[in-house]
Amino acid sequence: MTNETLIPYLGEVTDIRIDTPDVKTFRVLTPDGVKPFEHMPGQCAMLSIPGVGEAMFSITSSPTNREYMEFSIKKCGCLTEWLHAMDIGQQITIRGPYGKPFPVETELKGKDLLFIAGGIGLAPLRSVINYVRDNRENYGSVQIVYGARSKDDLVDYNEIISEWMADDGVEVNLTIDREQEGWDGHVGFIPNFVKELNPDLKKTVLMCGPPVMIKFTLAGLMELGFEKTQVYTTMELKMKCGVGKCGRCNIGDKYVCKDGPVFRFDELDELPDEY
Amino acid sequence: MQEVMKKRAIELLSDGTVAKVIGWMPGEFSYDMTPAVFTTAEEIESNFVYNDFCGANVSKYVMREQKKASDAKILVFLKPCDTYSFNQLTAEHKIVRENVYVIGVGCDGMADVEKIKAAGIEGITGIESDGDKFIVKTVYGDETIARADALAERCAACKSKKLTVYDEIIGEDGEVVENSGRFDLVAKLEAMSADERFEFWRNELSRCIRCNACRNVCPACTCEQCVFDNPKSGIDQKAAADSFEENMFHIIRAFHVAGRCTDCGECSRVCPQHIPLHLLNRKFIKDINELYGDYQAGDDTESKHPLTSFTYDDAEPSVIHERGNE
Amino acid sequence: MMLYLAKDKLDVFFEKASEKLNVYVPVDNTNGSAYRKWTPGTVVSKGLHTTKSAKDFFFPQTENLVEFKMSGKAIEIIDPRRETEDYAVFGVRACDVRSFGILDKVFLSDPVDTYYKNRREHGLILGLSCGRPAETCFCGTFGIDAAEPMADVDFTEADNGYYIKANTEKGEAFVASLGDIFEDRDAAPAEEAKAKTREVLKKLPLSNLTTDGFGGDKLDELFDAAGWADLSEACIGCGTCTFVCPTCQCYDIRDYDTGHGIKRFRCWDSCMFSDFTKMAHGNPRLTQKERFRQRFMHKLVYFPANNDGEYGCVGCGRCLASCPISMNIVKVMKKLAKEDSGK
Repeated sequence: MTNETLIPYLGEVTDIRIDTPDVKTFRVLTPDGVKPFEHMPGQCAMLSIPGVGEAMFSITSSPTNREYMEFSIKKCGCLTEWLHAMDIGQQITIRGPYGKPFPVETELKGKDLLFIAGGIGLAPLRSVINYVRDNRENYGSVQIVYGARSKDDLVDYNEIISEWMADDGVEVNLTIDREQEGWDGHVGFIPNFVKELNPDLKKTVLMCGPPVMIKFTLAGLMELGFEKTQVYTTMELKMKCGVGKCGRCNIGDKYVCKDGPVFRFDELDELPDEY
Repeated sequence: MQEVMKKRAIELLSDGTVAKVIGWMPGEFSYDMTPAVFTTAEEIESNFVYNDFCGANVSKYVMREQKKASDAKILVFLKPCDTYSFNQLTAEHKIVRENVYVIGVGCDGMADVEKIKAAGIEGITGIESDGDKFIVKTVYGDETIARADALAERCAACKSKKLTVYDEIIGEDGEVVENSGRFDLVAKLEAMSADERFEFWRNELSRCIRCNACRNVCPACTCEQCVFDNPKSGIDQKAAADSFEENMFHIIRAFHVAGRCTDCGECSRVCPQHIPLHLLNRKFIKDINELYGDYQAGDDTESKHPLTSFTYDDAEPSVIHERGNE
Repeated sequence: MMLYLAKDKLDVFFEKASEKLNVYVPVDNTNGSAYRKWTPGTVVSKGLHTTKSAKDFFFPQTENLVEFKMSGKAIEIIDPRRETEDYAVFGVRACDVRSFGILDKVFLSDPVDTYYKNRREHGLILGLSCGRPAETCFCGTFGIDAAEPMADVDFTEADNGYYIKANTEKGEAFVASLGDIFEDRDAAPAEEAKAKTREVLKKLPLSNLTTDGFGGDKLDELFDAAGWADLSEACIGCGTCTFVCPTCQCYDIRDYDTGHGIKRFRCWDSCMFSDFTKMAHGNPRLTQKERFRQRFMHKLVYFPANNDGEYGCVGCGRCLASCPISMNIVKVMKKLAKEDSGK
């Protein structure tokens, strides 16, 4: 292995799980069968298929998983289409970890946590959720609000049902946008659902999802009485280098790849509105 | 000239004939004017400028402004060569002629500060026009240069001083220039052996830094998305991935504007590396003239250019084969 | 006393130096100049600036980062780098010398860009103090002294020759290695030449340009300044300013299929290009106004915010000379400063 930033490591896809019609989760190991590198929840990695492209993805698995790394990836461009079409055993390139993680070992310690995710927005939060579940003694209550367009679009559905919901002290609230046969859970958009749930104001919020969900959910949280200093999110902008040098993922003087992707909303407020 | 232009612009803005005026605003050194859009009489009064260094072809800005608001009435000042571009853009439905008020501005050729600097004049702080010469003030003392020596390269081989489209004229309309000599350099290149010619272009094009200034300024380059910017094209590289990349960029661009290029010369004017790009386009124009009879793109908005219209007299494809053996 | 090299000995100097390393000198081409490797007979440009800056030496326009061989599902990763040879760049002006320090702050900060570092370490900079600065020069705005480049070795033209001063250990070693071709002379003519240059600098039209109103703490007011709309109106979105700029260092990473493998290269990119921040699902900078603003905010606000107040411009004036529509950082600074003081 090299310590070069721009020369990637070799990875091998050892398992592919179909999560939803457009999301697959890829398990990545080195060709020697070990985890490519250590990371903290919220950090990202550059994955690439040479000749197709390289892009930044959230590491979906928790650092507490010692065996492998996972990436839940939605099909939305050239590279992701290629990744979705590949088979087990395909080698890819990987480099990282990049960015600032969620402050799981500092600010979040001992806190009651509220996770709010929409669609593929669960990907970066899943890493934190499982990290917290594996270090249960360090955190207070855990509430997870997760929504998607339909039941079929809920990522990690089986893990949510069989593991998260089975945990003591973890409350899971699922919602889908429209009524659907075989679904007897909540129906409705996340911003309203969060307001209906009326979470305790002591909670610290970790939120990720489509921009429109973030916008209205944040407004809803403010209405409920939450402060911006209590709410974290993770950002996505175009990246090439991953280390704050290629110059394109900046919001004001902050680089999302290096100073982010995790930001607290009061920090984002300080930055120009260009994301 | 400038004062008459300002006066008319203000009149046309005030009486509601137009809502926007495309012109130039002043620079730091009296040779670095920037194209500008004015919307009020006050702005024009204080900031409108026109002088020998307003060489930029502003016809493409009409297209840009109409894209923002297609029905806004626009006043544009066009020099003779700009009117050809304007006509061509109109013919290609990139400009809605009805919504533009064109004031044709007579022209005797624009100056180019590069020529002045190339004459060894440094530290220019001001340039005054004085008959057939310029008095150039510099931090190293005053200098003079003959107007002819400061004339932009393209103006020295001006093809036409005729305003081909206008609603009114300021200054004097001129005539198409016979024997402009604009194909002289092309003829010289044609006279070279294929190897020499290849060497010439490789040397010139090797300086290209793919800044895209030639493409972006070109009034004939109006694609919504250029093939070189389209990731799906497979050739969307930003820089030379191999040693022939830049050559391809310029060759493909020249082919794409063939028959539509009015020979305004903006490509060479803006090139920071001073590559004589206009020679590629002129080669096409010369070929078209020779193979299909004289044709000037932008002469009017009606005629179809020879490469898109079929006649029984068209050159046979074999001409390429014959020429290839030259 | 100072080391001195007569002008007619310059070729001897290049010849001697070329025995030790590759020497690059500015050479005139059509209406400009560019660095070329010195060989006997090479005529050194007398111009003030090379058309492009000297950043190519450390940060070339394109550079292969890594290569891949693909076979079936397997990938082989190859580091394509070879040993870099030592080289010297002659005729670098003070502004460009300073620009290397700015590039260093980007590429040598953690994590170090090893491609850049390697080239930087193998390069020796031979500065040349300016004798006849141009109207487009405003290095003084950024505290740069055109008479004193502060390169590894500085050359000052005076008395029909060059006065030579080494500023770094690397420069001293280089000068010492060629020792016998220089003579010792009284330094007075060099000081006179420098003083003369400084007098000219004071008279330059942009000598009064200041950075007042700019800096890392001015983000909010400058980002929302009204002036951006007018300033960016005529911008044609090309990369000329970016590519001639000695401090612009944004890059893209692309893959190229050579037919027998994939080359991953980096190339200069420009924030002025419409696809710079375009993603599969959107673009945070939709119009030229936002892209234009980014370039100047980066140099005048974001860069100083992250680098102890140092601006990302050295006042070389190349963008003033080459922008197709004559829009540039000076016009931006003047308009925004005026707007600011009008408040």
